[in-house]
Amino acid sequence: MTSNPDYDVIVIGGGNAGMSAALTARECGASRVLVIEAAPEHSRGGNSRHVRNLRCMHDQALGVFQDSYLESEYWEDLLQVTGGRTNEDLARLTIRESEACFRWMMQQGVRFQPALGGTLQLSRTNAFFLGGGKALLNSYYRKAAAIGIDVIYESPVTGITIEDGKVQSVDVTKDGQVKTFQTRALVIASGGFQANIDWLREAWGPAADNFIIRGSPFDDGKVLRLLMDAGATITGDPDQCHAIAVDARAPKFDAGIVSRVDCVSLGIVVNQEAKRFYDEGEDFWPKRYAIWGRLIAAQPDQIAYAIIDAKSSGLYLPPLTPSIMGNSIEELAKALSLDPTTLKQTINSFNLAIEMGEFDHTILDNCHTSGLTPEKTHWARTIDSPPFMAYPLRPGITFTYMGVVVNEQARVMFNDNKLSPNIYAAGEIMAGNILGKGYLAGLGMTIGTTFGRISGREAASHAG
Amino acid sequence: MQDKTKETQALMDEGERVMNICNACRYCEGFCAVFPAMERRFSFASEDLRYLANLCHDCRECYYACQYAPPHEFKINVPKVLTRIRRQSYEEYTWPAGFARFFNHPVYMLFLSMVIIPMVFIIFGVMEHGIDGLMQVYTDDQGSFYQVMSHTQMVSVFGLIGLYVLLAFIMGWLKFKRDISHDGTKITGWQDMKQALKDILTMRYLGSSGDGCTYPDENQSLLRRNFHHFTFYGFMLCFAATSVATVYHYWLNYPAPYPLLSLPVILGTLGGIGLIIGPCGLLYLKKKRDKKPSDEIQSSSDTTLLLILLFISITGLLLMLLRETAWMGGLLLVHLGLVMGLFLSMPYGKFVHGIYRFGALLRFTSEGRKS
Ligand SMILES: Cc1cc2nc3c(=O)[nH]c(=O)nc-3n(C[C@H](O)[C@H](O)[C@H](O)COP(=O)(O)OP(=O)(O)OC[C@H]3O[C@@H](n4cnc5c(N)ncnc54)[C@H](O)[C@@H]3O)c2cc1C
Ligand code: SF4
Ligand code: SF4
Repeated sequence: MTSNPDYDVIVIGGGNAGMSAALTARECGASRVLVIEAAPEHSRGGNSRHVRNLRCMHDQALGVFQDSYLESEYWEDLLQVTGGRTNEDLARLTIRESEACFRWMMQQGVRFQPALGGTLQLSRTNAFFLGGGKALLNSYYRKAAAIGIDVIYESPVTGITIEDGKVQSVDVTKDGQVKTFQTRALVIASGGFQANIDWLREAWGPAADNFIIRGSPFDDGKVLRLLMDAGATITGDPDQCHAIAVDARAPKFDAGIVSRVDCVSLGIVVNQEAKRFYDEGEDFWPKRYAIWGRLIAAQPDQIAYAIIDAKSSGLYLPPLTPSIMGNSIEELAKALSLDPTTLKQTINSFNLAIEMGEFDHTILDNCHTSGLTPEKTHWARTIDSPPFMAYPLRPGITFTYMGVVVNEQARVMFNDNKLSPNIYAAGEIMAGNILGKGYLAGLGMTIGTTFGRISGREAASHAG
Repeated sequence: MQDKTKETQALMDEGERVMNICNACRYCEGFCAVFPAMERRFSFASEDLRYLANLCHDCRECYYACQYAPPHEFKINVPKVLTRIRRQSYEEYTWPAGFARFFNHPVYMLFLSMVIIPMVFIIFGVMEHGIDGLMQVYTDDQGSFYQVMSHTQMVSVFGLIGLYVLLAFIMGWLKFKRDISHDGTKITGWQDMKQALKDILTMRYLGSSGDGCTYPDENQSLLRRNFHHFTFYGFMLCFAATSVATVYHYWLNYPAPYPLLSLPVILGTLGGIGLIIGPCGLLYLKKKRDKKPSDEIQSSSDTTLLLILLFISITGLLLMLLRETAWMGGLLLVHLGLVMGLFLSMPYGKFVHGIYRFGALLRFTSEGRKS
């Protein structure tokens, strides 16, 4: 390396984690900071462009929060969803830092609003960004411009020169030209690899072709691959990810929040054979929606159909695309290309198995089936009032968990348990340290901001 | 006509498409009244869209914040589509309906009120007094203005047209009210009236969270609200000046012109200054504005009103300074012509936004109380 490299700190990826790192590095005194972003300016910021909230611990009422959400409860929640597949030190560090993240974001000009209509169950634990993730990113980029951080767009990183775990330089390919930037420290915040269908296929087989990618097409994991090739230690399984049920008619990439389908717990879900395969009423939808991506991925051709009747209209969040309708079950079956006889059978036996209680969608009510496989344990109501409505469902991948191992200074670990002296990672690319599986709403942002800020601070101190 | 209906239908379809996506997303809920009102609905008929459009004050926050803004394939541009629907709603409510086309061609209105009508005034003036007569110098004691146009003439011409304008407003309001209460919701009640009035007078929504709106560009700024305040309160002060003068004239038997330190002149001067600062500021911002979330036709409609107000104010202030010179006659006729132009343009231009926005906020308040 030359004695005076181009930059003190280079950050790969301009999402929440990357911008947190860049802004913090500059705050901590690094004078030459560069953010390298693969996307053009209008779609900058990867999956962070689609987010809505941050999960934040607080001992007492704070900003948009009422009551408290203590470290102990946060940790219990995390332990439960991950089934223990988490690094406790890093997880607790994230939880403790979350409150500081919230305050820091406000200092960057990020504005918050109380929980959105239809998400009241999150009002105590999650702070919502006013205008969502794109507004959050706009605040970050505005601040970055104000304090003199360089940003280059449409510039995917295509190479990193690492010697002995130490970064020398980063190669960027723009308009077919390769450009090399030398740097004292490197923060990697390039997201997961969920937009890389080939890679998903390695983990999921041909089923991956039927996945819908909810977020940015730029999160293709190429940088993660570069790190793996350079000998970085990997954590997590390649098939672990956050995946929900999305409307099969949604665009392949980048449809964000609106493609989710919210009526599953109100009706039944059948597969291509017109048969049910899972308890639709197991728990409140917000607690269960994230298992349905995997459930559907396991069905033939990775497709399923949520079916409700007229009684349920208006009871769920409005969908992106109107439902497919039929005035009879046969008509609906035809519209969905399902076998009408089987669908009628499925619905008949479902209707007959219902033990009607008092329907109440706001509590775990006592309407359930009995003697059915699988049972529906809450909110079971007969499907018999036309028009019948259906939404075709596919697995929608939010982000993958497999990533690089880091320590509490966000330093990337290489083979032989050696920590890199100047390579740091933040965000989805290291979220697997904390999320071995499962998910807690708003944790992605908390991990990204916490480790973004840590890597920015550490990178600046290494460079300085 | 056929084309027009098709065009309107296409616009409403686009409005419905956009609102459906927003309703599935809701990220912008905290910006303004549009989103909470939208969330109370599952479908968006033209009436609903016109109501929502009149709740939107075009702050553009939701455009810059939108994860689906063009070039994303959803191409969501809420301010643009709502501004166009708002313009369509003005047309819809116009009385008599035939004049609705002015909303589509604001330039005609500009020409009419700033050129034709002042010219008519001048021509009448010249016909009555001759050019020399108009150039004559009068002192205040001679009741300068009324030498050019008698008080009775002024009162009858402006009174008559004023009544017509009032009628047009009332008819428009009735159409509007029928439209936005198509589902039977009542929109009048004292409590709501007070809240809506307060929201309007403080421009609560234009202030957003205290930092203003993203206008003229993506950075938040309070300039637009402040210039709007200058314009609105400037207008109100001028209105107050005229009202006080009317009281002086009829009840106190004290005709114009009034001395510089009298109440009507002080009010009028302050108002006039507001009507210079406000429109100049708004025009300047308009010139700098980001065109992507804008509707060009509405924009020229805004410009038309601003220019009329600005020139009324300039001629009015000049008139006050030069009223004892040879310029008085001509200036007065131009000034009165412009005021008449404003009167006539009011039901057929940007001015109506205040009325329908007030009505929309009224419905918003009563809706909110019910749910
Ligand atoms: C629809 C949706 C909703 C979500 N909602 C929430 C939520 O409400 N709360 C929450 O906590 N989490 C949410 N998440 C998860 C959240 O998006 C992520 O956890 C978080 O955004 C990760 O941030 P990041 O900075 O690590 O990655 P990203 O935001 O994805 O940023 C990665 C960046 O790296 C760039 N990049 C990739 N490869 C290269 C390369 N080779 N060279 C240069 N740049 C590159 C990308 O362009 C991108 O800008 C949501 C995700 C989705 C898809
Ligand atoms: S404008 Fe965009 S971000 Fe805002 S609510 Fe509508 S779709 Fe969502
Ligand atoms: S432009 Fe402003 S007022 Fe209009 S809908 Fe968007 S946020 Fe609301």
